[in-house]
Amino acid sequence: MTMILSRRFFIQASLSAAGGLMIAAFAPEFAGATSLAGEPWSPETGKTPDEVNAFVVIDPDSSIRLRVPKSEMGQGVLTSLAMILAEELECDFAKVKVEYASGHRNLIDNNVYQSMGTGGSRSIRGSRVYLQQAGASARARLVAAAAVRWGVEPAACVASGGLVRNEASGRSATYGELAADAAKVALAIEPAIKTPDQFKLIGAGLKRIDTPLKVTGAARFGIDTRLPNMAYAAAANCPVFGGKLKSYDFSAISGRRGVIAAVPVTNGVAVVADNFWRAKEALKAMPIVWDFGPAASTDSGEFRAEYHAALDGPLANGGGYGDVDAAFASPAKLVEAVYEVPYLAHAPMEPLNATAHWRGDRIDVWMGTQSPESALALAAKAGGVDPKAVFVHNCFLGGGFGRRAVNDELTQAVEVSKALGRPIKLIWTREEDIRSDRYRPQAALRMRAALSGDGSPAGFEFSTAVGSITRSLGWGEVKDGVERQAVEGLANCPYRAGALHVGVNLKNTHVPVMFWRSVGSSQNAFAVESFIDEIAHAAGRDPLEYRRALLQGRPDFLAVIDKLADKGDWGKPLPKGVGRGMAIHEAFGTIVGEIAEVAVSDSGEVRVQRVVACVDCGHLVNPLTAAMQIESAVLYGLTAALFGEITIKQGRVEQGNFDSYPIARMADAPVIETHFALSGGDKWGGLGEPGTPPIAPAIANAVFAATGKRIRSLPLKNVALGA
Amino acid sequence: MALLVVNGRNIAVDVEPEMPLLWALRDELGLVGTKFGCGAGLCGACTVLIDGQATRSCITPVSDAAGKTILTIEGLGEKGLHAVQRAWIEADAPQCGYCQSGQIMAAVALIAHNPNPSDADIDAEMSNICRCGTYPRMRAAVHRAAELAKI
Repeated sequence: MTMILSRRFFIQASLSAAGGLMIAAFAPEFAGATSLAGEPWSPETGKTPDEVNAFVVIDPDSSIRLRVPKSEMGQGVLTSLAMILAEELECDFAKVKVEYASGHRNLIDNNVYQSMGTGGSRSIRGSRVYLQQAGASARARLVAAAAVRWGVEPAACVASGGLVRNEASGRSATYGELAADAAKVALAIEPAIKTPDQFKLIGAGLKRIDTPLKVTGAARFGIDTRLPNMAYAAAANCPVFGGKLKSYDFSAISGRRGVIAAVPVTNGVAVVADNFWRAKEALKAMPIVWDFGPAASTDSGEFRAEYHAALDGPLANGGGYGDVDAAFASPAKLVEAVYEVPYLAHAPMEPLNATAHWRGDRIDVWMGTQSPESALALAAKAGGVDPKAVFVHNCFLGGGFGRRAVNDELTQAVEVSKALGRPIKLIWTREEDIRSDRYRPQAALRMRAALSGDGSPAGFEFSTAVGSITRSLGWGEVKDGVERQAVEGLANCPYRAGALHVGVNLKNTHVPVMFWRSVGSSQNAFAVESFIDEIAHAAGRDPLEYRRALLQGRPDFLAVIDKLADKGDWGKPLPKGVGRGMAIHEAFGTIVGEIAEVAVSDSGEVRVQRVVACVDCGHLVNPLTAAMQIESAVLYGLTAALFGEITIKQGRVEQGNFDSYPIARMADAPVIETHFALSGGDKWGGLGEPGTPPIAPAIANAVFAATGKRIRSLPLKNVALGA
Repeated sequence: MALLVVNGRNIAVDVEPEMPLLWALRDELGLVGTKFGCGAGLCGACTVLIDGQATRSCITPVSDAAGKTILTIEGLGEKGLHAVQRAWIEADAPQCGYCQSGQIMAAVALIAHNPNPSDADIDAEMSNICRCGTYPRMRAAVHRAAELAKI
């Protein structure tokens, strides 16, 4: 079928001559506005003459393309990282277009984009300096080119607003006129980058450049890829992790309309058809026999008991200070509590998918990945091709949250494309996405405090039993029984006690675990911040005042918590049945404090009404996207706190779709107010994740304030709070 | 062969009558602005308007949509951005953007039949899932769209 689309919005998604996907949206309303250009670099297109450096391309008409080396998954990096480049380049940001840097080029061009992995809330703090340098370097070359052209000293030329000027002669030239010469300039020394007091663009709350694409349906996600001769694949992974495919009967479905083939793949089997619906329906109808393996008899009740037992040791030394044994020898009061959290799925809105075209000596991949570099390596391995002959055309990511850091779906897409010799778009249904995730680890934490007569902590003993992410990903053995993810927020607990000891038991089940928005902080902050609340009450003190007393050595924490208490109306009266709870946590270089106001009805229904957050990330590149990330992180954590749990029965995940793995909806969303208490200086903290850890304990502490019932196990939906 | 009226155009689609409209739009017609999120009518990423009603296309067979007027996100802004789209831009609603086509279509239907929606109305009718947590900004954007629609 052919359909001619003649519309004002003409969306083009086609193969360029170089084999790269060109993504462009043309709409009169946005003509001249910033948009995603998205033409990946490839050796065929090479270093175009208008490329001033690997990050900055200026066409003769002075249109500017900036290359962003991180993935856009909602956090706003296409805008904020482009702002960093443009800050130094001194150009009109409204005329800038942005495209992804090429992972392939990074591999063959001396790692010019450094780490392209997007995770760990690292995009700004990890790339700011070299992006500033790239922008400054491009500007200095444009100035040098102008100086040569006019026979003046570079110091006599000024670059701003996309023009280089020489005041003495009154001459000026556009960046477009200078770009080709600038590309040939070799700078004797790299220019210094701006200091924060010199920023003009950084710190401005600019609107996101991708919004117009995202309100018109024009933004292209991996799942939207369409290629000539492409077929669609639906995959079934072995329902029990670690199991194997034994056999399948393609003859049972081979006569169905549009069905092309069944192909065994890593972890399962895929059915290929000419339409995804036909592929997934045929897959459902195809008899498959699995060898479930030894884990097929396990269940969550057993895991829970095992994690509890694991707290009794042996425990590896996860850090601490002081003499804990002495502190616990004869405490005035001993407080002890065990906290538990379940496995959690990421469930990004865009189900996992990848489109692969294997052509013998070359593989092209279209998908949304948090790591073009590891995607490239995975595709090369799956397709038996030199990594230098793999081209990853990164798209918009329909959510990531850590899940798109390891691209299991890509391996399968390449395997199917190789087997059939044509482009394949492989999609996991929502059920596959939920049941074949790599989850936030299940964990149990035992928190003990030895209190002195005045209620202050003489000693803390924190023990955690949690799955090792390093082991689960096959990234090697864990040294001395401790990995960073397990102890983040525990070993660096900001509350000063007489002594602290952290014990760790890294215990894995057959369920794979990985990075989930805020990683170990997601469970450790729940335990620490709930426990501090418990101790404060045990000591008969106000939770804010108690925290402040233990944070005297941390002025940065105090600045955040004081502003939080003020903005969040701490101590002000609330109606009956409504409670206020607070939590504060440092992760990824950023301190976030949150106060939740929670109403608990007589029947035990929980409604989070309002969340106030206060953040110290040092500096802000874009206050708008920063606030959006806090709102996002709060709601991601709120869903987990209220509803989130993945449970195992007979070795397999019981949940499958949004009916059994519920997500907060509009009616569940509180009012969220974000404030900043920026400490500046050398501190540049992350923002994608640090807003998540405090929300679960803030809610749990608010439930305690409202009802007197202490929440020590998540999610709250499993806790009876009714009268 | 089903005859569909999509974004004001008559289109014949040769698919099984039980194929969900979502997959006819995406894989047969190339209208990929409408998204697959759950396949079970639970998340609303696939929301389109059928005769003006917000409808989850992933559980609507093509046979049910035949002959009716179907509006997708691609058709919504054809004659200039809709008030909802303008409000979404003003409010900086989208983050990853994946659910936003469905959210916008749901909001278009809401303000068409309820020109002054309250927060409670928005809670009741905007039931699509967003994993990025854009709800507070979408709520503000629906109120703003209701204002813009009257101008």
